[in-house]
Amino acid sequence: MIVQAIAFYVFAAVAVASAVMVIASRNPVHSVLFLILTFFNAAGLFVLMGAEFLAMVLIVVYVGAVAVLFLFVVMMLDINFAALREGFQNYLPVGGLIGLVLLVEMLLVFGSWTTAPEAARLAQVPTVEAVSNTHALGVVLYTKYIYFFQAAGLVLLVAMIGAIVLTLRERAGVRRQSIGVQVARRAKDTLEIKNVPTGSGI
Amino acid sequence: MTIGLGHYLTVAAILFTLGIFGIFLNRKNVIIILMSIELMLLAVNINLVAFSTHLHDLVGQIFAMFVLTVAAAEAAIGLAILVVYFRNRGSIEVDDINLMKG
Amino acid sequence: MDAIIVFLPLAGAIMAGLFGRWLGDRGAQVLTCGPMLLALALSVAVFFEVTGGGATRTTELFTWFDSGSFEASWAIRVDALTAVMLLTVNAVSAMVHVYSIGYMHHDKSVPRFMAYLSLFTFFMLMLVTAGNFMQMFFGWEGVGLCSYLLIGFWYDRPTANAAAIKAFLVNRVGDFGFALGIMGVFMVFGSVDFETVFKAAPGMVGTTINFLGLDLGTLDALCLLLFVGAMGKSAQLGLHTWLPDAMEGPTPVSALIHAATMVTAGVFMVCRLSPMFEYAPVAQGVVTVVGATTAIFAATVALCQNDIKRVIAYSTCSQLGYMFFAAGVSAYGAAMFHLFTHAFFKALLFLAAGSVIHALSGEQDMRRMGGVWQAIWKTYALMWVGSLALAGIGIPGIFGFAGFYSKDMMLESAWGAHSGVGQYAFWIGIAVALLTAFYSWRLLFMTFHGKPKADEKTMAHLHESPAVMLLPLVGLALGAVFAGYLGYESFVGEGREKFWGDSLFVLSQNDSIAAAHHAPPWVGLAPLTVGLVGIAIAYLFYMAAPTLPRLVASLARGLYRFLLNKWYFDELYERLFVAPAKALGHGLWKTGDGALIDGVGPDGIAEKTLLLARRAGRLQTGYVYHYAFSMLIGVAGLVTWYLFNSL
Repeated sequence: MIVQAIAFYVFAAVAVASAVMVIASRNPVHSVLFLILTFFNAAGLFVLMGAEFLAMVLIVVYVGAVAVLFLFVVMMLDINFAALREGFQNYLPVGGLIGLVLLVEMLLVFGSWTTAPEAARLAQVPTVEAVSNTHALGVVLYTKYIYFFQAAGLVLLVAMIGAIVLTLRERAGVRRQSIGVQVARRAKDTLEIKNVPTGSGI
Repeated sequence: MTIGLGHYLTVAAILFTLGIFGIFLNRKNVIIILMSIELMLLAVNINLVAFSTHLHDLVGQIFAMFVLTVAAAEAAIGLAILVVYFRNRGSIEVDDINLMKG
Repeated sequence: MDAIIVFLPLAGAIMAGLFGRWLGDRGAQVLTCGPMLLALALSVAVFFEVTGGGATRTTELFTWFDSGSFEASWAIRVDALTAVMLLTVNAVSAMVHVYSIGYMHHDKSVPRFMAYLSLFTFFMLMLVTAGNFMQMFFGWEGVGLCSYLLIGFWYDRPTANAAAIKAFLVNRVGDFGFALGIMGVFMVFGSVDFETVFKAAPGMVGTTINFLGLDLGTLDALCLLLFVGAMGKSAQLGLHTWLPDAMEGPTPVSALIHAATMVTAGVFMVCRLSPMFEYAPVAQGVVTVVGATTAIFAATVALCQNDIKRVIAYSTCSQLGYMFFAAGVSAYGAAMFHLFTHAFFKALLFLAAGSVIHALSGEQDMRRMGGVWQAIWKTYALMWVGSLALAGIGIPGIFGFAGFYSKDMMLESAWGAHSGVGQYAFWIGIAVALLTAFYSWRLLFMTFHGKPKADEKTMAHLHESPAVMLLPLVGLALGAVFAGYLGYESFVGEGREKFWGDSLFVLSQNDSIAAAHHAPPWVGLAPLTVGLVGIAIAYLFYMAAPTLPRLVASLARGLYRFLLNKWYFDELYERLFVAPAKALGHGLWKTGDGALIDGVGPDGIAEKTLLLARRAGRLQTGYVYHYAFSMLIGVAGLVTWYLFNSL
């Protein structure tokens, strides 16, 4: 029990601290690295809660794909980070106030919330202790939620196509083959027979 | 002390607020905004999973998975847009993005 | 047939007015004078038919109002009073129409002029043939309108336009009183028909109505209000300021409208409403006093005027005062008699003055005339006839000019009324007779005698008027000479009851005309005497000792200026009414309309809309994080509200 508590507080503290650093750090590359750290700690929290499959998926997808993507883009854009610093303080009072208000309200809500007694009956997919988390998810994902699963796949497909469409650009001067044009070539467009008497040359 | 639902929710709330701060407090570049969005989505995920565990209902985790999917897709597209924008404008400073000024 | 008389001038007006461009000058003249002369002939026939015992007849045309208990219809009502007016109006109008052919010969809008003259005649005829108050009011307003159109006939002259507006506005004040009177009549009697009201009038004696918080005698109040209308139309003291300015119009207009017909509409109205006035002694007293005061006022002002037409205009004003005070002492017959004769000799004087002006190439100032009596002797003679008639010269018992009979009758009736106001009117009237003779002969001497004061060019062009202008003058002169002698018996003499029939009503205790026949001889001779004295003084001043006028004027400089400036009425009105009204109008226009209504209304709303739109536009900063921030504020607000609602 005590281990759980310590683990929770460590993960939570580091997550929050690195989230702050994501916003506050001067170097965008540092921001991305801090984001990665946040994700790792969130994955730890997930494991603590018993959702280990989701924790791993978080690391694989978020850290392995999304955060790396961020890093690529940050590197590619070659941002001049030294000049970007001013203006941070202007909105701090008002923005901070609003954020604080929101936070306080959320905490109020969480504090005064009680679960309704019937909630247990309404569970859509009740957890079963016998199987592992992954097994349980798999059982339900491909049967009850198959349409959502396929839709998610479509979303990813569209995202992929969209990203390509947005960023692909034609490069002038790059020679490529155009198979269709090559195959459709006819002799009369390219050859010309000239009658040359023998011995005279062209 | 037992770590209950409230603790997790608190963490999620703090992360969410931090994400919001990141959106409008930063003047540096647009990538921070995109990362703040990821933070907010992460907070939501934590929330979902916490409730899933508390109510013994797996549907929370299923939903969190789909959130994850969409977040990834949105990050990809967002970054693609950012790249194209950078190609056209030469800068990703937040203060310069006001072409839609009315 | 009565309807034909009324509508002939209208037909002439429509033809000349609408089709004048195709008819041309000559066509318009023929098509207006023809119907007028025909109407005149018919009026003569009607005159002899209806007066002297003929019955009152009404030709109903069609209904006008039929609203609840308020009914009025278009009808031609002819009784003796109407017949007299028909004859007067048509005679003078026909003469003026013919005269205008010559006088307006060189004008560029002859058809318009002839059309307006005929239109005026139509409205006047509608007025006199009215059987109810509404039709009379219609004619009343119509003649006011035509007066405006005709005074401002030469509309490119600013003075003419101003005079036309002045005439219309001052008349409007009178009309307001008249309208109030009509409304009062309807309220009290429940009808606006003359017959009904006259029958019910005796029943209202002794009752009171509440007007503006005061309890007044019913008939007195109504008659006073109606008299206000008469004051406006007949230029009595207070509402007289428009008449001299109306001389801006062409001379035929002055002759027709401002001498013979329109201004007499007020007198006609009082006589027509004699059944009501007889039971309203207070109103009668007011009428008498106002009439007498107007007479002396106008006569004193006429003493000093230098424009030939203005002298005659003030003379008209003064003579109208005579008619009113005669009506005020219940001598309606005498008032109508003077109206009848006055129409002839005043129109004659005006048209002769027009002839003089025409001869002197447009000169109107008497100080620049003189020495022309031999060259234009026909006009001179006609002017003598008119002046003799005006001054009331005659040989008692044998023959007199028109004014001799009618003016004397009015003065004798004032004496015969044996009342305070009657005595006031009598002595004032005697004084006015002296002044009348004086200024009339002043006019004659200054205009025709003495050294010629016009320039050589004008004197070289001196020419008598053509026959087309002189013949109407002769016609009117015949009337001026014989109308009094011929009409005496019927109008005010022994035959008067038979002549008038039911059209005039006099209570037996008020019959001042009867008392006038028993007046002592000196009463009858007094006007003639003072008239001759006036002529003598005028001869002294302007023929025998021409330096006297200047001497007297310099001795009594203040009085002279007071009279020359018409008792400063115009200046008084300017300060009291015109300037404040203009200021109010200007204020309401600039501030009320401009700043308030436009400012709050269209302009203001447009401006505010633009302002708000611009401010709202500033929300679109273009920065996404601003938008996100506002979204956040919205979320925070929503959550807060939700939270506090559920608490």
